[in-house]
Amino acid sequence: MRYLNVILVLFLIVCALAVEKTKDLVGAVIIFASYSLVMAVLWLLLRAPDIAMTEAAIGAGVTTILFIGVISRTRRMEK
Amino acid sequence: MDDLIVKNITKIVTPFIQLYGIYIILHGHISPGGGFAGGAIIGASLILYTLAFGLDEGHKLAPHSLTSKVESGGIFWFILLGLVGIIFGGRFLDNQSAGFYMGGLGDIISAGLIPLATIGIGLKVASTMITLFHATIQED
Repeated sequence: MRYLNVILVLFLIVCALAVEKTKDLVGAVIIFASYSLVMAVLWLLLRAPDIAMTEAAIGAGVTTILFIGVISRTRRMEK
Repeated sequence: MDDLIVKNITKIVTPFIQLYGIYIILHGHISPGGGFAGGAIIGASLILYTLAFGLDEGHKLAPHSLTSKVESGGIFWFILLGLVGIIFGGRFLDNQSAGFYMGGLGDIISAGLIPLATIGIGLKVASTMITLFHATIQED
Protein backbone atom coordinates (compact mmCIF):
# COMPACT_ATOMS: atom_id res chain seq x y z
CA MET A 1 0.00 0.00 0.00
CA ARG A 2 2.88 2.34 0.76
CA TYR A 3 4.41 1.72 -2.69
CA LEU A 4 1.06 2.53 -4.34
CA ASN A 5 1.04 5.84 -2.47
CA VAL A 6 4.59 6.63 -3.57
CA ILE A 7 3.79 5.80 -7.21
CA LEU A 8 0.67 7.97 -7.18
CA VAL A 9 2.47 10.94 -5.61
CA LEU A 10 5.32 10.64 -8.12
CA PHE A 11 2.72 10.59 -10.93
CA LEU A 12 1.18 13.77 -9.45
CA ILE A 13 4.55 15.53 -9.44
CA VAL A 14 5.28 14.51 -13.05
CA CYS A 15 1.80 15.67 -14.11
CA ALA A 16 2.22 19.05 -12.40
CA LEU A 17 5.59 19.62 -14.10
CA ALA A 18 4.20 18.49 -17.47
CA VAL A 19 1.26 20.91 -17.25
CA GLU A 20 3.73 23.75 -16.78
CA LYS A 21 6.01 22.58 -19.63
CA THR A 22 3.37 21.79 -22.28
CA LYS A 23 2.93 24.41 -25.00
CA ASP A 24 -0.30 22.91 -26.38
CA LEU A 25 -3.00 24.16 -24.02
CA VAL A 26 -5.51 21.39 -24.86
CA GLY A 27 -2.88 18.78 -24.00
CA ALA A 28 -2.14 20.64 -20.77
CA VAL A 29 -5.84 20.52 -19.85
CA ILE A 30 -5.98 16.75 -20.46
CA ILE A 31 -2.87 16.23 -18.29
CA PHE A 32 -4.55 18.35 -15.62
CA ALA A 33 -7.63 16.11 -15.79
CA SER A 34 -5.47 13.03 -15.20
CA TYR A 35 -3.85 14.88 -12.29
CA SER A 36 -7.32 15.39 -10.81
CA LEU A 37 -8.25 11.71 -11.24
CA VAL A 38 -5.09 10.51 -9.48
CA MET A 39 -5.71 13.11 -6.78
CA ALA A 40 -9.21 11.63 -6.32
CA VAL A 41 -7.70 8.15 -5.82
CA LEU A 42 -5.29 9.65 -3.27
CA TRP A 43 -8.16 11.28 -1.38
CA LEU A 44 -9.83 7.86 -1.28
CA LEU A 45 -6.65 6.29 0.14
CA LEU A 46 -6.55 9.09 2.73
CA ARG A 47 -10.10 7.99 3.77
CA ALA A 48 -11.92 11.12 2.59
CA PRO A 49 -14.45 9.59 0.16
CA ASP A 50 -16.66 12.68 -0.06
CA ILE A 51 -13.71 14.83 -1.12
CA ALA A 52 -12.73 12.12 -3.63
CA MET A 53 -16.24 12.20 -5.11
CA THR A 54 -16.21 15.99 -5.41
CA GLU A 55 -12.69 16.01 -6.87
CA ALA A 56 -13.66 13.47 -9.53
CA ALA A 57 -16.79 15.43 -10.50
CA ILE A 58 -15.37 18.97 -10.32
CA GLY A 59 -11.66 18.54 -11.01
CA ALA A 60 -11.76 15.90 -13.73
CA GLY A 61 -15.16 16.76 -15.25
CA VAL A 62 -16.35 20.33 -14.99
CA THR A 63 -12.99 22.12 -14.79
CA THR A 64 -11.81 20.35 -17.95
CA ILE A 65 -14.98 21.30 -19.83
CA LEU A 66 -14.76 24.95 -18.70
CA PHE A 67 -11.07 25.16 -19.67
CA ILE A 68 -11.75 23.68 -23.10
CA GLY A 69 -14.68 26.07 -23.54
CA VAL A 70 -12.39 28.99 -22.78
CA ILE A 71 -9.61 27.69 -25.09
CA SER A 72 -12.13 27.34 -27.95
CA ARG A 73 -12.87 31.07 -27.56
CA THR A 74 -9.19 32.09 -27.55
CA ARG A 75 -6.11 30.46 -29.16
CA ARG A 76 -4.80 26.95 -28.66
CA MET A 77 -1.00 27.29 -28.59
CA GLU A 78 0.90 29.10 -25.90
CA LYS A 79 3.20 31.81 -27.25
CA MET B 1 -21.25 19.11 -33.09
CA ASP B 2 -23.28 16.57 -35.04
CA ASP B 3 -22.18 13.06 -34.11
CA LEU B 4 -24.61 10.14 -33.99
CA ILE B 5 -22.62 8.04 -31.50
CA VAL B 6 -22.13 10.91 -29.05
CA LYS B 7 -25.83 11.83 -29.18
CA ASN B 8 -27.09 8.28 -28.63
CA ILE B 9 -24.62 7.54 -25.80
CA THR B 10 -25.61 10.83 -24.15
CA LYS B 11 -29.30 9.90 -24.40
CA ILE B 12 -28.62 6.53 -22.74
CA VAL B 13 -26.19 7.69 -20.05
CA THR B 14 -27.72 11.01 -18.87
CA PRO B 15 -30.62 9.52 -16.79
CA PHE B 16 -28.22 7.25 -14.90
CA ILE B 17 -25.87 10.13 -14.07
CA GLN B 18 -28.81 12.19 -12.80
CA LEU B 19 -30.12 9.24 -10.77
CA TYR B 20 -26.68 8.87 -9.15
CA GLY B 21 -26.63 12.58 -8.33
CA ILE B 22 -30.09 12.41 -6.76
CA TYR B 23 -28.98 9.35 -4.76
CA ILE B 24 -25.96 11.22 -3.40
CA ILE B 25 -28.06 14.28 -2.51
CA LEU B 26 -30.74 12.23 -0.71
CA HIS B 27 -28.16 10.23 1.25
CA GLY B 28 -26.11 13.32 2.12
CA HIS B 29 -26.60 13.00 5.87
CA ILE B 30 -25.87 9.26 6.27
CA SER B 31 -23.13 8.52 3.73
CA PRO B 32 -20.22 10.27 1.99
CA GLY B 33 -21.25 12.99 -0.40
CA GLY B 34 -23.92 15.61 0.14
CA GLY B 35 -25.41 18.61 -1.53
CA PHE B 36 -22.28 19.91 -3.22
CA ALA B 37 -21.07 16.59 -4.68
CA GLY B 38 -24.52 15.50 -5.87
CA GLY B 39 -25.34 18.91 -7.31
CA ALA B 40 -22.02 18.92 -9.16
CA ILE B 41 -22.84 15.52 -10.69
CA ILE B 42 -26.30 16.67 -11.84
CA GLY B 43 -24.78 19.87 -13.25
CA ALA B 44 -22.17 17.80 -15.10
CA SER B 45 -24.93 15.70 -16.68
CA LEU B 46 -26.69 18.87 -17.90
CA ILE B 47 -23.36 20.16 -19.28
CA LEU B 48 -22.91 16.84 -21.11
CA TYR B 49 -26.38 17.23 -22.65
CA THR B 50 -25.57 20.77 -23.83
CA LEU B 51 -22.23 19.64 -25.29
CA ALA B 52 -23.81 16.79 -27.23
CA PHE B 53 -26.92 18.54 -28.56
CA GLY B 54 -25.79 22.16 -28.85
CA LEU B 55 -26.58 25.34 -27.00
CA ASP B 56 -30.12 25.77 -28.36
CA GLU B 57 -31.28 22.34 -27.12
CA GLY B 58 -29.52 23.03 -23.82
CA HIS B 59 -31.41 26.31 -23.48
CA LYS B 60 -34.63 24.41 -24.23
CA LEU B 61 -33.90 21.87 -21.48
CA ALA B 62 -32.69 24.39 -18.88
CA PRO B 63 -33.70 27.93 -19.87
CA HIS B 64 -31.86 30.80 -18.23
CA SER B 65 -35.04 32.19 -16.63
CA LEU B 66 -35.64 28.85 -14.85
CA THR B 67 -32.06 28.17 -13.74
CA SER B 68 -31.51 31.65 -12.35
CA LYS B 69 -34.72 31.37 -10.32
CA VAL B 70 -33.76 27.90 -9.00
CA GLU B 71 -30.33 29.26 -8.08
CA SER B 72 -31.79 32.14 -6.07
CA GLY B 73 -34.49 29.89 -4.60
CA GLY B 74 -31.93 27.36 -3.33
CA ILE B 75 -30.06 29.86 -1.20
CA PHE B 76 -33.37 31.43 -0.06
CA TRP B 77 -34.58 27.97 1.07
CA PHE B 78 -31.28 27.50 2.97
CA ILE B 79 -31.70 30.83 4.81
CA LEU B 80 -35.33 29.97 5.64
CA LEU B 81 -34.19 26.66 7.20
CA GLY B 82 -31.63 28.57 9.25
CA LEU B 83 -34.40 30.84 10.52
CA VAL B 84 -36.46 27.75 11.47
CA GLY B 85 -33.62 26.83 13.84
CA ILE B 86 -33.91 30.28 15.45
CA ILE B 87 -37.71 30.03 15.75
CA PHE B 88 -37.51 26.66 17.54
CA GLY B 89 -35.20 28.09 20.18
CA GLY B 90 -31.61 27.66 18.96
CA ARG B 91 -29.06 29.58 16.96
CA PHE B 92 -28.94 29.98 13.16
CA LEU B 93 -29.12 26.52 11.45
CA ASP B 94 -29.31 24.68 14.79
CA ASN B 95 -30.61 21.14 14.50
CA GLN B 96 -30.19 19.07 17.65
CA SER B 97 -30.23 21.85 20.22
CA ALA B 98 -33.37 23.26 18.56
CA GLY B 99 -35.21 20.04 19.35
CA PHE B 100 -34.99 18.10 16.10
CA TYR B 101 -33.88 14.46 16.18
CA MET B 102 -30.50 13.19 15.03
CA GLY B 103 -29.80 11.04 11.99
CA GLY B 104 -30.35 7.28 12.20
CA LEU B 105 -28.07 4.77 10.48
CA GLY B 106 -29.61 3.95 7.09
CA ASP B 107 -32.74 6.09 7.49
CA ILE B 108 -33.24 8.62 4.71
CA ILE B 109 -36.04 10.38 6.62
CA SER B 110 -34.09 11.37 9.72
CA ALA B 111 -31.79 14.12 10.99
CA GLY B 112 -34.42 16.89 11.06
CA LEU B 113 -33.43 19.84 8.88
CA ILE B 114 -30.23 18.42 7.37
CA PRO B 115 -31.77 16.57 4.35
CA LEU B 116 -33.89 19.62 3.47
CA ALA B 117 -30.83 21.88 3.59
CA THR B 118 -28.90 19.35 1.49
CA ILE B 119 -31.62 19.34 -1.18
CA GLY B 120 -31.47 23.14 -1.32
CA ILE B 121 -27.68 23.10 -1.70
CA GLY B 122 -27.90 20.47 -4.43
CA LEU B 123 -30.42 22.47 -6.47
CA LYS B 124 -28.31 25.61 -6.11
CA VAL B 125 -25.04 23.97 -7.15
CA ALA B 126 -26.58 22.19 -10.17
CA SER B 127 -28.29 25.34 -11.49
CA THR B 128 -25.20 27.48 -10.82
CA MET B 129 -23.07 25.09 -12.83
CA ILE B 130 -25.36 24.99 -15.86
CA THR B 131 -25.91 28.78 -15.78
CA LEU B 132 -22.14 29.35 -15.65
CA PHE B 133 -21.52 26.97 -18.55
CA HIS B 134 -24.23 28.49 -20.75
CA ALA B 135 -22.89 31.97 -20.03
CA THR B 136 -19.35 30.85 -20.89
CA ILE B 137 -20.01 29.25 -24.29
CA GLN B 138 -22.66 31.74 -25.44
CA GLU B 139 -21.84 33.54 -28.67
CA ASP B 140 -22.04 37.31 -28.42
